[in-house]
Amino acid sequence: MARTYEVNRVYELMFIVRPDMVEEEQDKLISTLESAVSSSGGKVKSMERMGKRRLAYTVRRFHDGIYILLTVEGGGALIHELERRLRVTEPVIKFLTVRIDEEQKRLDKIKKLREARRKPAPAPAPAETGGETAAVTA
Amino acid sequence: MADETTATSAPGGHSSGGDRPSGGDRPSGGDRPDRGERRPPRPGGPGGPGGREGGRKYFRRKKVCKFCVEKIEAINYKDVRLLAQFVAESGKIVPRRLTGVCTPHQRRLSCAIKQARNIALLPFAGRAS
Repeated sequence: MARTYEVNRVYELMFIVRPDMVEEEQDKLISTLESAVSSSGGKVKSMERMGKRRLAYTVRRFHDGIYILLTVEGGGALIHELERRLRVTEPVIKFLTVRIDEEQKRLDKIKKLREARRKPAPAPAPAETGGETAAVTA
Repeated sequence: MADETTATSAPGGHSSGGDRPSGGDRPSGGDRPDRGERRPPRPGGPGGPGGREGGRKYFRRKKVCKFCVEKIEAINYKDVRLLAQFVAESGKIVPRRLTGVCTPHQRRLSCAIKQARNIALLPFAGRAS
């Protein structure tokens, strides 16, 4: 039987690559991951290169690292696969996966509450002024 | 002088019976209405908060939660500058009685700090670079 739950979990995967990795190798790695995502039925929402940063502590004898952030939508098995790949990839020195869809839901709810609280009155007003100006010009 | 003594006895009974948090009254009982110079100035409490336990357990100055005031909802492990404000020099997470953060935000904050530590954005121990 296929998945019974709706696979719309959003994960944020941040990983650190060795600082001496070249641009094209990074692109190769990222495209490998992206193809793994799409082959498992997931979706890559965004990819961000955060650049070279100084690490807060030494990781595998490196003091700097290139941070890459990947936002993926998919199921847990997809993340399992991605992490497995990252573990065997030699240039990747650290990774962290965070699930963010619940947090997004909460933030959206708060935002909606704030919007609702802020605009009960002004909402009809712009419509009126727009109608008036249209009447004047016509 | 006579009316002073009678005046002090009555409010003395009130202040001890009431549940006002004005500290420093109970031990010296009854010098409240007239002798203002003995009582420490309560609002503002200069240099008061943070572990002063010389017997003067008056109400600490109202510390507000930074997140509640600025309406910061998302505490992300990625914004190191925000998190580093709540981390000591040694890298330890500062307790909320010192920073004034409210409980739910402190919980999320410490979770974010631990995530940041795991991804080498903050140190486990030592100075945050």
